[in-house]
Amino acid sequence: MSNQATLTKKDFQSDQEVRWCPGCGDYVILSAIQKHMAEVGADPSNVVFVSGIGCSSRFPYYMNTYGFHTIHGRAPAFATGIKVANPELDVWLITGDGDAMSIGGNHFIHALRRNINMNVLMFNNQIYGLTKGQYSPTSPEGKRTKTSPMGAIDRPFNPISLALGANSTFAARTLDTDSKHMAAIFSAAHKHQGTAFVEILQNCVIFNKDFYNDTVAKDVRAEKTIDLIPGEKMIFGSEREKGLRVNGWNVEVCSAEESDVWDAGTESSAPAFLMSQMDDDPNLPMPLGIFRSVDATCYDKAVNGQVEEALAKEGPGDLKELIWSGNCWEID
Amino acid sequence: MTTIQQPGSELPLQQLENVVIRFAGDSGDGMQITGNQFTMTSALAGNDLATLPDFPAEIRAPVGTRPGVSGFQLQFSANDIHTPGDAPDVLVAMNPAALAVNLSTLKPGGLIVVNTGSFKATDLRKAKLETNPLEDGSLDAFRVIPVDINQRVLDALSDSELSKKDKARCKNFYTLGLMYWVYSRPLETTMDWLATKFAKKPDLVSANQTALQAGYNAGDIHELFQGRYEVPKTDALPAGTYRNINGNQAVALGVVAGAQLAGLRPVLGSYPITPASTILEELAGLKRFGVITMQLEDEIAAVCAAIGASFTGCLGVTSTSGPGMALKGEAMGLAVSAELPLLILDIQRAGPSTGMPTKVEQSDLLQAVFGRNGDTPMPVLAASSPADALEVTIDACRIAVEFMTPVIFLSDNFIANGSEPWLLPDLDTLKEFPVEFATNPEGHRTYMRDEKGSRPWVKPGTPDMAFRIGGLEKDTDGNISYDPDNHQSMTDQRHQKVQNVANTYPPTEVVGETKGDLVVLGWGSSKGIITQSVIDSLQAGRKVSRIHLRNIWPLPNDLDEILTGFKAILVPEMNVGQLARVLRSEMPHQNFISYSKVTGQPFLVSEITEKIATILEN
Repeated sequence: MSNQATLTKKDFQSDQEVRWCPGCGDYVILSAIQKHMAEVGADPSNVVFVSGIGCSSRFPYYMNTYGFHTIHGRAPAFATGIKVANPELDVWLITGDGDAMSIGGNHFIHALRRNINMNVLMFNNQIYGLTKGQYSPTSPEGKRTKTSPMGAIDRPFNPISLALGANSTFAARTLDTDSKHMAAIFSAAHKHQGTAFVEILQNCVIFNKDFYNDTVAKDVRAEKTIDLIPGEKMIFGSEREKGLRVNGWNVEVCSAEESDVWDAGTESSAPAFLMSQMDDDPNLPMPLGIFRSVDATCYDKAVNGQVEEALAKEGPGDLKELIWSGNCWEID
Repeated sequence: MTTIQQPGSELPLQQLENVVIRFAGDSGDGMQITGNQFTMTSALAGNDLATLPDFPAEIRAPVGTRPGVSGFQLQFSANDIHTPGDAPDVLVAMNPAALAVNLSTLKPGGLIVVNTGSFKATDLRKAKLETNPLEDGSLDAFRVIPVDINQRVLDALSDSELSKKDKARCKNFYTLGLMYWVYSRPLETTMDWLATKFAKKPDLVSANQTALQAGYNAGDIHELFQGRYEVPKTDALPAGTYRNINGNQAVALGVVAGAQLAGLRPVLGSYPITPASTILEELAGLKRFGVITMQLEDEIAAVCAAIGASFTGCLGVTSTSGPGMALKGEAMGLAVSAELPLLILDIQRAGPSTGMPTKVEQSDLLQAVFGRNGDTPMPVLAASSPADALEVTIDACRIAVEFMTPVIFLSDNFIANGSEPWLLPDLDTLKEFPVEFATNPEGHRTYMRDEKGSRPWVKPGTPDMAFRIGGLEKDTDGNISYDPDNHQSMTDQRHQKVQNVANTYPPTEVVGETKGDLVVLGWGSSKGIITQSVIDSLQAGRKVSRIHLRNIWPLPNDLDEILTGFKAILVPEMNVGQLARVLRSEMPHQNFISYSKVTGQPFLVSEITEKIATILEN
């Protein structure tokens, strides 16, 4: 990141007309990212937004940075090639629940395990929007859609659990209606060295309107969610009177005073996994915030490191020497 | 090791022009190593040669069974040769299955060196033989040299500390030593190879070297041969420095050379697949050349990562075979739409589906030329031999960067694993094609075109040049456009750009008369076989010419006019007539005769020669 602190949010807006539905959560996310980039003084020439296919994947067209709108589900593989080819680039991957969890599930998990130094923003609206309203791999069981008229039978993926299972070094969840929270999470993700996976709960006003309101609507959010902040006590409730603590293999509600301090950097990802599984328990709040943040080798650096190591050990390759190697013979 | 006198030097020495030898044994018998060692030694002895490795896809099929047979055929010659030979003069059979599988290819009266130690009742049963071919008269038409190689190796290694099992594994070198004696070849190359190969296991070096020497010295067996042979060095090859090279090695070198000539870093995204995996292996070992290799999670990720690297300003490369090509189709379409350079290396194998992974076929041609959604034109080139693969790879790199397009390079199993003497090129004669990245925002548009129809390449990271591209139809600025006229225009521009590639080809070469009754139009690895067939036909008084296509798509501009000089055009292919189909659709007025073979084995010279004769006689 250069010292072009004079840039504003506007400098990150492209001249393209934004074509999302009025009221779509994507607008707020776009705005939050543009604002974040300006605030950290990012150099637009050094930033690449990569996406797959879906509503969210139109994102790169609206950023005044380098952008590559690729094919369905494969964005992590493109981003891998981009980041390995030039580790200096600031790479952001924009994807959705269908793109990342379904058609691109394989690439998603492998990008996480390789720990490519990039940011993955997954817009989760629990529905296929661009194909007009079919259930997605994160739609809850029983969800009635055009392709599940009697209710979805599939058991959904929990994106955070999946990411943790793939050895993700950074996993967080945020919300399209809370710009401040998004800003904090984007900032932490951007600082993280490795694949920073951020699930953004995002409203699809046409096909899955307010799907998350039972949990995150203003009037219930304080009771139904908890913000995981590393190094701080796990506290929630409208009066911030309740807390969470880990008891054996379970998480339980306790008083704020009795709550545990959240550690996102434990050697084992088990605590983070426990937290991610609270989504399914109606008696526990759904966590937002940072589930996990640990350091590990980044593949992009390591690949280039091996090239440098070979160069240092063996000296730069000479094509003539290579071609003339092995058993040669002369014919007069 | 002291040999005062050449063993068997009292026996007569006969000069031969060329020999076709086939080593056959169980997959675990080391036949590929044996064949490669014989090849290397013959190359250093100055012969021209061509090889045909023929092995199963299974790593170790059940021992002694027919599916487990691994073969290596080699022709070495005092003359200029073009093929591994139709029929072996000599078959070395390490077990009954190897004998049974290969006997039908052997020349009448040919020589069979057979390991009698592996002809027990259980061995015969495994090979599904009801009677013992050594006793039932089925080998009467051949000269059989029976040797109990199993026992002789154990005898030769009686002083070795190795286990009986490890001693038995030296039998291929005993056999090799014996064949070196028969063909008057020196042992040094293989002795040195063993010393290097097993440098960390001196007992294995010593045992295998002892076995090699023992085979060479086996005087009582020599008596059975009644003499030895010598194939003098060839004077048919041009002067210069040579080495052996197989097709996949050549491709790997071609990627390194091509990227250097373009001034780019090569980035290979790949996924292991037979018979392309060795390209990834070779390039993974060339990091000191700045080569980046990534073994991705699947074929799709492999091509996508390569395209990502091209997007970033490197030379993206992906290597695969037919099934992988099918998986990569959508991503190739993105590279066509985004107009990014990309080198796609397709080492074809027999299909459909998983097909026969280690057998040769040319059946990806239509997939390469047309196998994508939408109107998605892409240049396609095909190598004709291991040595040719280097040059064609370099040319594919050139086309990719000069025209900002993905390019498909076709090779096949015969080229990938076959080897031939390679006259080392003068690197200074290779023409550079340096890439100039666009850096000036003044008047720049993402899809503006130069005189070739190509668009500028901008490296992300360049100030004030930020662009957004993707697989949606775009306008000249790269912005999304569903405008009807724009889509027509962009489709036409992409098509014209690929057509323009043909303007950079050298004139198509006709070998022989430029007019006549018949020309053989070949492509890919059949070149050597077609060449020999045409030579044989001319010697038999049949007038026939030959053209070999390197550029499959777009076809050369001068091809139609050249073909007009011939009444008929024979197109031999190891598929059901895929090139012929393309040619007929492009030149419906020409008389194409398709000749198809899909056995997983290359054409025989005799097959094409007979076809030529039949056409000319009718």
